[in-house]
Amino acid sequence: MADARDLYRRMRLIRTFEDTVQSQFQQGNVHGTTHLYSGQEASGVGVCSMLRDGDKVAGTYRGHGHALALGVSPQKLMDELLGRASGACGGRAGSMNVVDVEHGLIGCFGIVGGSIGAATGAALTQKLRGTGAVAVAFFGDGTANQAYFHECLNWAQVERLPVVFVCENNLYMEFTPIEAVTAGAIAARPMAMGIPTQKVDGNDVFAVREAAGEAIDHARSGRGPAFLETLTYRFVGHSRSDPGRYRKPGELDAWKGRDPLVLARRALAEHWGVEPERLDEIDAEVAGELEEVVARGLAAPFPDPAAGGREFA
Amino acid sequence: MSGGDGVETIEFRVAVREAIAAEMERDPAVVFFGEDVAAAGGVFAVTPGLRKRFGERVFDTPISELALAAGAFGAAVTGLRPVLEIMFADFLPLAMDSLVNQAAKYWYVSGEQAPCPLVVRSAMGAGGNFGAMHSQTPVPWLQGVPGLKVVAPATAGDAYALLRAAIRDDNPVAFLEHKRLYSVVDPVSEVETLPLGEAAVVREGGDVTLVSVSKGVRDCLRAAAELAERGIDCEVVDMRSLRPLDTATVLRSVAKTNRVVVVEEGPLIGGWAANLLGILTAEGLHDLDDAWTITCPETPIPYSPTLEDAFLPDPARIAAEVTTRLGLARAPAG
Repeated sequence: MADARDLYRRMRLIRTFEDTVQSQFQQGNVHGTTHLYSGQEASGVGVCSMLRDGDKVAGTYRGHGHALALGVSPQKLMDELLGRASGACGGRAGSMNVVDVEHGLIGCFGIVGGSIGAATGAALTQKLRGTGAVAVAFFGDGTANQAYFHECLNWAQVERLPVVFVCENNLYMEFTPIEAVTAGAIAARPMAMGIPTQKVDGNDVFAVREAAGEAIDHARSGRGPAFLETLTYRFVGHSRSDPGRYRKPGELDAWKGRDPLVLARRALAEHWGVEPERLDEIDAEVAGELEEVVARGLAAPFPDPAAGGREFA
Repeated sequence: MSGGDGVETIEFRVAVREAIAAEMERDPAVVFFGEDVAAAGGVFAVTPGLRKRFGERVFDTPISELALAAGAFGAAVTGLRPVLEIMFADFLPLAMDSLVNQAAKYWYVSGEQAPCPLVVRSAMGAGGNFGAMHSQTPVPWLQGVPGLKVVAPATAGDAYALLRAAIRDDNPVAFLEHKRLYSVVDPVSEVETLPLGEAAVVREGGDVTLVSVSKGVRDCLRAAAELAERGIDCEVVDMRSLRPLDTATVLRSVAKTNRVVVVEEGPLIGGWAANLLGILTAEGLHDLDDAWTITCPETPIPYSPTLEDAFLPDPARIAAEVTTRLGLARAPAG
């Protein structure tokens, strides 16, 4: 993913995927609830673009972006959301709990903080086995107030575990402004434990890559965990039922001016001389790909209840 | 250790330690951690010496039960076989999100992509005047979670063989050790492992089936010995595991005795005894002349010795209830 255009393509894939999920939800083809990653693409793509084979990632219930950033098949992910047997988890997981072991996605966790615990444990394996791999936990700003956050950051630091904690601060804990429910600065918490901590523009994929590279290097070197706070914003509600009425006037428009795709387009033109038409072509290719993905997904069979499933491995 | 009759014996806590050590010898993926388990050897002196034998594969942790359970989960799904000690079973609620929502669901919800082989060992049970928050049996919290196995041995020999099986099992297993059993001495296990989810008939008899698990099995065996003197012939079934639940063995026993009492150290409401009785009546009603439970009052566990002693099922109560239910309460002894 060294090619800057690949970063753009991956972010566009996530945005178009999420737009498609929203549309399929409204048509009744995606069930339950969804939490979309739209607006936060640079965070997941920037971090995952710096990982190696063998590294492990734990995402959240807002995890479609984490999965796609890691290279999970859009077809398998869409099929999972459509509840089909051909889904990444055979239709048993749905939107919030996707696992794709092959791509290093140890799981997306439907309960706030679960990703931190899972990545901490995965890092324990890497340390005890001396694999040289790292584990990454993605989580939101609201997670800073969970027990998982405090317990795992402390344990990871005293054990010098190779884990990178990525706090995607989108300013809102569900419907509530994060400052209303959080004492002090989130980044001050890992710093108090002596964990190297960076705050970065989470809508600038190149800035995220640079900061993630440093954090991952630190973890991989055996010196213990690192913490990255990516400052970002979600362009949609917390979940499918949330119109986002709590937003401050003008806030959404201001952030849309800093859309990670817009920023990436600008950077690609300025630093790599990529013509906008080339990027328009990528947009069109991705849109076409998603149309095919949905068509195939809607044609795929649902899982057979008679096939059952085994409670135990 | 050796008994007077030449049978080799072992203390329960040593059997647990030796089971962990044997599996760590056998499989380098096995690691063991918890609060005060390494340098100090555990608050119940179960694990002294393991740190020295196995180095960094045995380590002490912060008091962070949720992180520890999640750490075991994350390690298990990436290639280790962690054994985690949660010091008192009463602390398990702190670990429950990871145990219930992560570990227990992983195999099934992932579409069977990867197993989650971990063991949570925990000391449970009353009888030591530890009070309401250090004496509980956590079975009602755990048994209703598909994907989780629940094991509770009654003897030192079984503890050894069941723990070795639990560590080899590809699923998350809650391994519950009754505090009042740590110092008991029993014959060593004749087998390396025992299958999880299989009950054992530990005493044969024809008049009534006594069913329990963990320390309750020993209470039932003592009650059975007392009842034998009154001419009542008890069969005793040790469930060994509470999930999976081996109802078939109990149904076979009930088909023979036609009477069953299930003894649980815990409340009736939401407990495993009442649940088992429900299954027995649904599937074996035609074989049943009588069926009941012996459980604890529906209150937290009290501290004072007089209160706690009265709270817990014991051999005398089991023997008395069986005698009454069989209509022999007024029969002359012998």
